[in-house]
Amino acid sequence: MAKSVKDQVIAIIAEQAVLEVEDVKMDASLNDLGIDSLGLVESIFAIEEAFDISVPFNANDPKASDFDISSVASVVGAVEGLVADQKA
Amino acid sequence: MHRVVITGQGTINALGADVAQTLDAFKAGRCGISELEIRDVDRLAIKIGGQVKNYDPNAEFNRQQIALYDRYTQFSLIAGREAISQSGLTFSGELAAQAGVVLGTAGGGMNTQDENYRAVYEDGKNRVHPFVVPKLMNNAAASHLSMDYNLKGPSFTVATACASSNHAMGLAFQFIRSGMTKAMVTGGSESMLCFGGVKAWEGLRVMSKDACRPFSANRNGMVQGEGAAIFVFEEYEHARARGATILAEVVGFAMASDAADIVMPSKQGAARTITAALKDARLAPSDVGYINAHGTGTAANDKTECAAVADVFGAHADKLMMSSTKSMHGHVIGGTGAVELLACIMALREGVVAPTINYDEPDPECALDVVPNTARDAKVDVALSNAFAFGGMNAVLALRKAS
Repeated sequence: MAKSVKDQVIAIIAEQAVLEVEDVKMDASLNDLGIDSLGLVESIFAIEEAFDISVPFNANDPKASDFDISSVASVVGAVEGLVADQKA
Repeated sequence: MHRVVITGQGTINALGADVAQTLDAFKAGRCGISELEIRDVDRLAIKIGGQVKNYDPNAEFNRQQIALYDRYTQFSLIAGREAISQSGLTFSGELAAQAGVVLGTAGGGMNTQDENYRAVYEDGKNRVHPFVVPKLMNNAAASHLSMDYNLKGPSFTVATACASSNHAMGLAFQFIRSGMTKAMVTGGSESMLCFGGVKAWEGLRVMSKDACRPFSANRNGMVQGEGAAIFVFEEYEHARARGATILAEVVGFAMASDAADIVMPSKQGAARTITAALKDARLAPSDVGYINAHGTGTAANDKTECAAVADVFGAHADKLMMSSTKSMHGHVIGGTGAVELLACIMALREGVVAPTINYDEPDPECALDVVPNTARDAKVDVALSNAFAFGGMNAVLALRKAS
């Protein structure tokens, strides 16, 4: 069975943060995991490539983007939404 | 120590085909940013730029020249012709032996690279034009200027991303100040508004899709431009002896590195560079009337730059003017400091300070007088030009009104 969106997003974040998958907690912020602004942009690129989606994100004002990056859970939720939109 | 003055200026950029048109645009607060007209623009997320429009290379150059001149070289030669013609200098004998060309460019012949990669990878061709290498190389523009004007002294190209032309002009200044040469041709050029050039920038997620709004609370990123500006720097006594018109004096220059991050700017690095430029020029902070900001319109740059200026100038920061003309011509990358020097010279010479256009909402983190939206009449004796590049490489020039 294919990996879930959640598992794939966590794997991408874990790789970027140089952590084991099990150390990426859903309530952690990307900052908590040691992902800086460049790491964030790279993570989003990896997510876009993995799911063939386009993530609305502008590094100038991440809070203003529709894509919520405040925690691992919010990123997973946002990606699930974009993947669902793509299938719809 | 020799004094260094500017006796010629030339440009082509999104605001105009020469200096007069560009200064008119600065005074009118006109925006040169528009819909990009380039191949495969439909595959780009960013579709705007400060593109040079209504430009026909065939009206400027013959077929053999175009085979050798990338668009960035063409811009350099057009701007160089205007600058050298205005200076009234002809280079021969000892003057020619000493004088050289130092230009800034980040991408060099990016259009040539883009077109030829497309030919071999996308179109599957197995042959490219014989002049691809001499056309794309980063020193091509400097070389062609040296060849066209008999400039036999030190010529080379500086690549420090968005600070390239400030580094170039700073070196040209130092060459003349030290007595190495009586004149230098200097400035910068960039043309990376091609599919690959814009696509690469998209990746960083720092580009705006609609406008460049430096220092405005609703800013959302940078907008790329293209063009060139070229200057003739000349030793003061040499210029005076021949009765040349002096546009402005270059009085100081400093360069320093953040040694910190490949993309995030540093307040300390910027502040150290501005302070060093003032010291080099033997100026007090209170002497400065105008700063042409790096002012990219990204959150990271604008906040950092304003904080650095506040640190260096203290209470005087509230009295000086600081505008970003990138709001009008876009970010000309390796040529941007050169295009922006035109605004510094305009402020000193004509007493008109170019505005920061698209300024909609004050940002408490950028609480300086950014000359919002409308050009301003003001007496300015000293102007600074800031450039803080990716890679943390900073270069600041100090200019004084001609006396």
